[in-house]
Amino acid sequence: MTEITHRTASGVKFYQVGSLAVGNRLLPREQRAAQADPQRANTMISGHRACQGCGEVLGARYVLDAAMRATEGKLVVVNATGCLEVVSTPFPESAWRVPWLHSLFGNAPAVASGVAAALKAQGHEEIRVLGQAGDGGTVDIGMGVLSGMCERNDDVLFVCYDNEAYMNTGVQRSGATPAAARTATTPVAPGHPGNRFGQGKDVPAIAMAHRIPYVATASVADLRDLEAKVERAMQFTGARYLHVLVPCPLGWAAPSSQTIRLARLATQCGLFPLFEAEHGELVSVTPIRQQVPVDEYLRAQGRFAHLFADQAAGGRPDLVARIQAEADRNIRVYGLGGQP
Amino acid sequence: MSAHPFATTLDPGSSRANHTGAWRVERPVYAHGLPPCAAACPAGEAVRDWLYTAEDGSYETAWRRLMRDNPLPAVMGRVCYHPCETACNRGQLDQVVGINAVERFLGDEAIRRGWTVPRGAEPTGRRVLVVGSGPAGLSAAYQLALRGHAVTVREAAAKLGGMLRYGIPRYRLPREVLDAEIARIAALGVRFETQSCVDDLDAALREGGFDAAFLGVGAQAGKNAYVPAGDSAHVLDALTVLAAAEDRWPLRLGRRVAIYGGGNTAMDAARTARRLGATDAVVVYRRTRERMPAHESELEEALAEGVSVRWLSTIAHADRGLIAVERMELDESGFPQPTGRFETLEADTLVLALGQSADLGWLAGAAGVGVGDGVIDVDADLATGRPGVYAGGDAVAGPERTATGAIGQGAAAARRIDRYLSAVAGEQRDVPRQQPSAETPVPFGRLNTWYYSDAPAMLRPQLDAARRVDTFAEVVQGLTEHNALYEARRCLSCGNCFGCDNCYGVCPDNAITKLGFDADGQPRYAIDLEYCKGCGLCAAECPAAAIEMVPEPARDEPADRTEHRDAALQDVGP
Ligand SMILES: Cc1cc2nc3c(=O)[nH]c(=O)nc-3n(C[C@H](O)[C@H](O)[C@H](O)COP(=O)(O)OP(=O)(O)OC[C@H]3O[C@@H](n4cnc5c(N)ncnc54)[C@H](O)[C@@H]3O)c2cc1C
Ligand SMILES: Cc1ncc(C[n+]2csc(CCOP(=O)(O)OP(=O)(O)O)c2C)c(N)n1
Ligand code: SF4
Ligand code: SF4
Ligand SMILES: [Mg+2]
Repeated sequence: MTEITHRTASGVKFYQVGSLAVGNRLLPREQRAAQADPQRANTMISGHRACQGCGEVLGARYVLDAAMRATEGKLVVVNATGCLEVVSTPFPESAWRVPWLHSLFGNAPAVASGVAAALKAQGHEEIRVLGQAGDGGTVDIGMGVLSGMCERNDDVLFVCYDNEAYMNTGVQRSGATPAAARTATTPVAPGHPGNRFGQGKDVPAIAMAHRIPYVATASVADLRDLEAKVERAMQFTGARYLHVLVPCPLGWAAPSSQTIRLARLATQCGLFPLFEAEHGELVSVTPIRQQVPVDEYLRAQGRFAHLFADQAAGGRPDLVARIQAEADRNIRVYGLGGQP
Repeated sequence: MSAHPFATTLDPGSSRANHTGAWRVERPVYAHGLPPCAAACPAGEAVRDWLYTAEDGSYETAWRRLMRDNPLPAVMGRVCYHPCETACNRGQLDQVVGINAVERFLGDEAIRRGWTVPRGAEPTGRRVLVVGSGPAGLSAAYQLALRGHAVTVREAAAKLGGMLRYGIPRYRLPREVLDAEIARIAALGVRFETQSCVDDLDAALREGGFDAAFLGVGAQAGKNAYVPAGDSAHVLDALTVLAAAEDRWPLRLGRRVAIYGGGNTAMDAARTARRLGATDAVVVYRRTRERMPAHESELEEALAEGVSVRWLSTIAHADRGLIAVERMELDESGFPQPTGRFETLEADTLVLALGQSADLGWLAGAAGVGVGDGVIDVDADLATGRPGVYAGGDAVAGPERTATGAIGQGAAAARRIDRYLSAVAGEQRDVPRQQPSAETPVPFGRLNTWYYSDAPAMLRPQLDAARRVDTFAEVVQGLTEHNALYEARRCLSCGNCFGCDNCYGVCPDNAITKLGFDADGQPRYAIDLEYCKGCGLCAAECPAAAIEMVPEPARDEPADRTEHRDAALQDVGP
């Protein structure tokens, strides 16, 4: 087996898939994603019990492998209760290849703060701490402690894997569930088209309001962008927050093969803007590359199926239009339209 | 471990103990689908595969891959009508890949650097006669020589190449290029005899001691459609004009030349007439531009050089200096119908470009070789009725008469002859019939085009039209190395892995490992079926549709593992 080496003689700037794919044999190694490395950290290994096509475990490996690369392996992870924890650690098995602590559903940011303080007390400031939780553990029950962690500017990168509901306990609504989505607690019934409009929380914006050094959003569909953000986050000391969109085939009622495509459509329709903020100010956005109407994103998911039944059967084009207005607002507010 | 920390009773275990492969109902398999380009190439080139090799700058390896199917890449990189590009999936994304331009680059690079091909086999001691040195004959001779047979090519004309030399003009195919590629075939040990017309096949085979023969005699005779002409009218056949230009015989065409016909030969005759001094070259064609058989690019190049066309016109009568043209109208079925309205056209010479047919009278006496309808009768294997005698190219009926098709048929016939010879020698009795591939090419819709960079095609520069009309210098120029490399990298690699690592990256179960590249430079990955849950993400995110999900084969024994999904995950949810 031989590894084909890159040829630079011609100076061709174009590499077939450029940096859109995970790797690219035509790119020098350092320009390939960390995930392309045969020696990547593989912080989460085979045998875990996440569903087929789970976006959350994929996002976690993406984030943690990048964090391991950035910290040269000096990393401790604190994990809230939720799918990510349940599927990875049925005692005595563990899918983690990183020092890993399970906290409770609601206190991961506080535990992470405590670990950082303990390491500091021991003079191990070179060891970095990463806290992680689902959207329920972050947006709802963990909100208070996350805010405290930010306010104190504790040296923790906190990562929220947002699959837009409480998946582990059977798909209940969270403060990150989008309007009109069907969940176990926002069922679809006559006069009740899923989750309400105008509720929920924008946690990246809340984190930005704390003026912490770094806040960013990312998705499992844009790996280079995600890895660059983890890398960037690790260049700061203090509280940092990363919010990653991780589709859940079970909760979103979509085929397991569609996880990445759905994450891509979420960013390309404008509903999930990708951006970075430093010290409370927006510093960069990832522009939409191939814009699609929200229709295409919503239709691909069973949790929005009721919006597309024909009108007599309760289809709701008016609600699709409201969701489109939401996407349009993001595109306008974040300037996702043209080139940056 | 004997001493456990407080409150711990078990050793930590790895999740690898849990074989999640048991969950699978479908499994991913790496496929090697047929790409549309290769499916469309009449010469059977593995287009995608040599483009892939060229993409990292391995031009010589790419050229060698190409040369397995086509010994004339520099020629075909100029004159092929590239049906591969017409079929190319990238056309549905932005513009097709400039396959033909890359082929030319590789062909020219080979000539420039003097790359040669070694004989692939020990001499077999078998002798094969090839009649005709057009692309069909050259291709057959090359493939037979590679397989160790002693090949003699007999060519009636003074120079080699068939219509590549006596049809296609120099401004499209410089003769140094043609000569260089023929010389490479000669260097394999192929014996060429020019001015050596075969007029008795039996005698030729007997006297030369040949064991087999390939007839690639083309279609040289101009079709004599009846055009009423006065005695003093100056009427020439297009092939005569083209051959005269090639051999530089003096030819009095006059200032005003009318060319009758709408095919590529008409375009070449008109453009040649311009270069030979005609100020007016007018093509007379009975139908419309949309229905013209000439390729659009050839028409455009002709128009740019000042050739004009009279659409919907037939020639009713030709006289000295004057041609009577009747206007036509298309009926509902698109067939031109006379209108009874006539115009006159001043022309010193009328050139007929109404097609060619094969001159096969000499084969009448050859036992077992059937000739019908102006073509040699062959079966699906290109075999004539006589054992060991095969035919291909313009001399046999084909869907379209092109140099590329001739190369493909020459190679196919050579493979048949090779098998025939080994069967005769008792090496292999059974000669399987040739089957056209039943596989459908990978459709555009199966690709995940998100991953491909936006990249508009590179165009080949052209000589200024004003400078072309008084010279036979080559009109279309080649790509620079930079542009050829770029163009190769525009290929989407339809149906085959090109090593983007997406599958390795997107597997949520770490079930895919990277194995590097094999000896052919092909990327290799392995899927660990002990852990693959069959989610299908790798297949969905493969840009090139190189992974297929297939139903899990039934197990011999009942599954001994239970599903490890939490009850909560199974029955709750929307
Ligand atoms: C003007 C013109 C332009 C063309 N342009 C293109 C183009 O751009 N692209 C393309 O793909 N195709 C083109 N074609 C078509 C292409 O040239 C032919 O399809 C192709 O050359 C056929 O190859 P062949 O080997 O079957 O026959 P030919 O090329 O015709 O070669 C047959 C050879 O056999 C020799 N021969 C015949 N009888 C005997 C005999 N009894 N003994 C010994 N030798 C004999 C002939 O002298 C000739 O050299 C063009 C054709 C013409 C006429
Ligand atoms: C205090 C407390 N309340 C409720 C639970 C039950 N519980 C476990 S996981 C979970 C939901 C997790 O949702 P989220 O954080 O979004 O993670 P996901 O499973 O979706 O990844 C709940 C409600 C708990 N473990 N602790
Ligand atoms: S329920 Fe959703 S988040 Fe939980 S393991 Fe399954 S796919 Fe992943
Ligand atoms: S994109 Fe490449 S593989 Fe696909 S049809 Fe075009 S040249 Fe062939
Ligand atoms: Mg959740």
